[in-house]
Amino acid sequence: MLKINNLHAVVGEAQSQILNGISLEVPAGEVHAIMGPNGSGKSTLSYVLTGRDGYEVTEGTVELGGENLLEMEAEERAAKGLFLSFQYPLEIPGVPTMTFLKTALNAQRKARGEEEMGAPEFLKKARALAKELKIKPEMLKRPLNVGFSGGEKKRMEIFQMMMLEPSFIVMDETDSGLDVDALRIVADGVNSLRSPDRGFLIITHYQRLLDYIVPDQVHVLSAGKIAASGDADLAKTLEKEGYDKYAA
Amino acid sequence: MTNEVKVKDSIDASTVEGVRSLEADKYKYGFDSDIEQEFAPKGLNEDIVRFISAKKEEPEWLLEWRLEAYRRWLTLEEPTWAMVDYPEIDFQDMYYYASPVKKEGPKSLDEVDPEILEIYNKLGISLKEQEVLAGVEGAPKVAVDAVFDSVSVVTTFKDELAKHGVIFCSFSEAVKDHPELVRKYMGSVVPVTDNYYATLNNAVFSDGSFVYIPPGVRCPMELSTYFRMNAQGTGQFERTLIIADKGSYVSYLEGCTAPMRDENQLHAAIVEIIVHDDAEVKYSTVQNWWPGDSEGNGGVYNFVTKRADCRGKNSKVSWTQVETGSAVTWKYPSCILRGDDSQGEFYSIAITNGHQQADTGTKMIHLGKNTKSRVISKGISAGKSNSTYRGLVSAHRKATGARNFTQCDSLLIGNDCGAHTVPYIESDTPTAQFEHEATTSKLSDDQLFYCRQRGLSEEDAVALLVNGFCREVLQELPMEFAVEAQKLVAISLEGSVG
Repeated sequence: MLKINNLHAVVGEAQSQILNGISLEVPAGEVHAIMGPNGSGKSTLSYVLTGRDGYEVTEGTVELGGENLLEMEAEERAAKGLFLSFQYPLEIPGVPTMTFLKTALNAQRKARGEEEMGAPEFLKKARALAKELKIKPEMLKRPLNVGFSGGEKKRMEIFQMMMLEPSFIVMDETDSGLDVDALRIVADGVNSLRSPDRGFLIITHYQRLLDYIVPDQVHVLSAGKIAASGDADLAKTLEKEGYDKYAA
Repeated sequence: MTNEVKVKDSIDASTVEGVRSLEADKYKYGFDSDIEQEFAPKGLNEDIVRFISAKKEEPEWLLEWRLEAYRRWLTLEEPTWAMVDYPEIDFQDMYYYASPVKKEGPKSLDEVDPEILEIYNKLGISLKEQEVLAGVEGAPKVAVDAVFDSVSVVTTFKDELAKHGVIFCSFSEAVKDHPELVRKYMGSVVPVTDNYYATLNNAVFSDGSFVYIPPGVRCPMELSTYFRMNAQGTGQFERTLIIADKGSYVSYLEGCTAPMRDENQLHAAIVEIIVHDDAEVKYSTVQNWWPGDSEGNGGVYNFVTKRADCRGKNSKVSWTQVETGSAVTWKYPSCILRGDDSQGEFYSIAITNGHQQADTGTKMIHLGKNTKSRVISKGISAGKSNSTYRGLVSAHRKATGARNFTQCDSLLIGNDCGAHTVPYIESDTPTAQFEHEATTSKLSDDQLFYCRQRGLSEEDAVALLVNGFCREVLQELPMEFAVEAQKLVAISLEGSVG
């Protein structure tokens, strides 16, 4: 599903090299975790995949469902079904959560040549999912993420993810800022989306989240490269032994 | 139409849809129509003033009024304190009177020049006004006093308004039909000598609207005027007078668009509002005049004097404006809070893009006891534009217990624009409580990326974010106007990023 081949990328005006030849394949239906020390390029990988300005790919390819992702604008990638759960979700003052999400959903649908979702259907779906994620209905009327706690913002990311039903999901440090109860709610949400035609790339510093969302594969990112790959047990080993072994 | 926008939450989405449905990038309303003009000769002198007055078949007192104003104007100098920069205006190189040639006074819409109706079509007045103008069965009730260049062409719903005793007509008609009201109130809020442009207006004003709401009457519909400049090089000097008698209420809408042209156009209007005891006036403007081309050439100069006098006890005035057009804007809708317990509000969105310059704000002058005022100003600057908020809040020594809250937020888009806030606060009473808050922020790349990651194009994202920024003010607009305003916000910022 997602194929990353020899990906090199530089960041910012300084053109600092952050990714140094990542190769990785996530087949449909699988959940892969990327772990690594601070500064290993985890977040950069998520931005390069989703097409953020200021990140320049100097070598390598990325394909999603057989299509060249790197040629697309950020919003085209989103319409293709690529979703990023942000490490630090942004506040959007004055724009109610529901308005934001309905606008986004219908922009994606339109880009895919689908019919827009009407208000009644949208509301019904949103209410049901909010209940599942224990998000109070009032919160959906408030401007997106404005004044929300760290945990609320993360839960709202999952809510957006479940509303948009993307085909490939990148989660960047989703567990940070979540208490155990919230972590469980979020994990339940993610697990409910696991399906044979959907892939996940979960970026995390700690193993904790992976207790709840058990990955098919774990990759260790170090100095912008995959330093090791293994099954879910690799995460447990890392938790015990730390990243020293993989230090550049 | 109205049903679609019951829920305010749906507005932002409709903005984005609005952007899609409208043509990109070019000023949509840039066209000239061929309607015969009857010009006064170019230039300004006493003869021209007499010509205008004669054309309008005015009484002697009004001609004297104009001449006095003209003589006064000759002694005045153009103000230069505003933070705007434009080439010197040659007042002798302009026309001061133009009107569609009068065939016969139109009694109904059928008699209106089809080309004029066509202009409304081109303007995409897709809201109820167009239905009203088209005479659609069951069209919502909005009375449109269409000002086409200088002469009111058609006034609708006059009969129904008359039932309630409401007078809504062109200023010229009011001079003929209600001279006692005009003489009593004209110039009582904005004196003839008020400022350079106001004095000029007094000398050469063309036409405008007149509204009188009798005591205790809640005006049964929103009153709406579309101003539109249409003759090459014709200065527009509108004159609006609104009187809300005791315990009455009226909501008045003013919207503007102008055709594209090469020359700069001068617009110097006067709006006077008088509010008596327990009465309330809500005045909303959407201004979308030709801002000039991408190099900053052409475009409308908008030097307007708008002022409300809360003359009665417990009276209230609310100004709401969305300013997206004009090359240069110089405008300070103000409230004189004379009556005890009177209230003034000013809600403003000023968007500048390209080379536009806007120096706008308000004056809240507290004279009565326990008077309250509230100012919410949202300035958005993009391109190479400059936007200034200039506001005065003052309390007279008798204005005990006066309260003001002012909030000025500026949003910058890109690196070449400027936002400035110039508040003046004066209090002669220790019991006044004035609060002032101001923020300046930049539209962040992080927010834009977040929106795009969710599937919004860059332009849709900007429109959504800016409408979010303006939300508090947009909510103050009558619903149909709000939808139109949101589209305007989106259109005016096209091409401002990337």
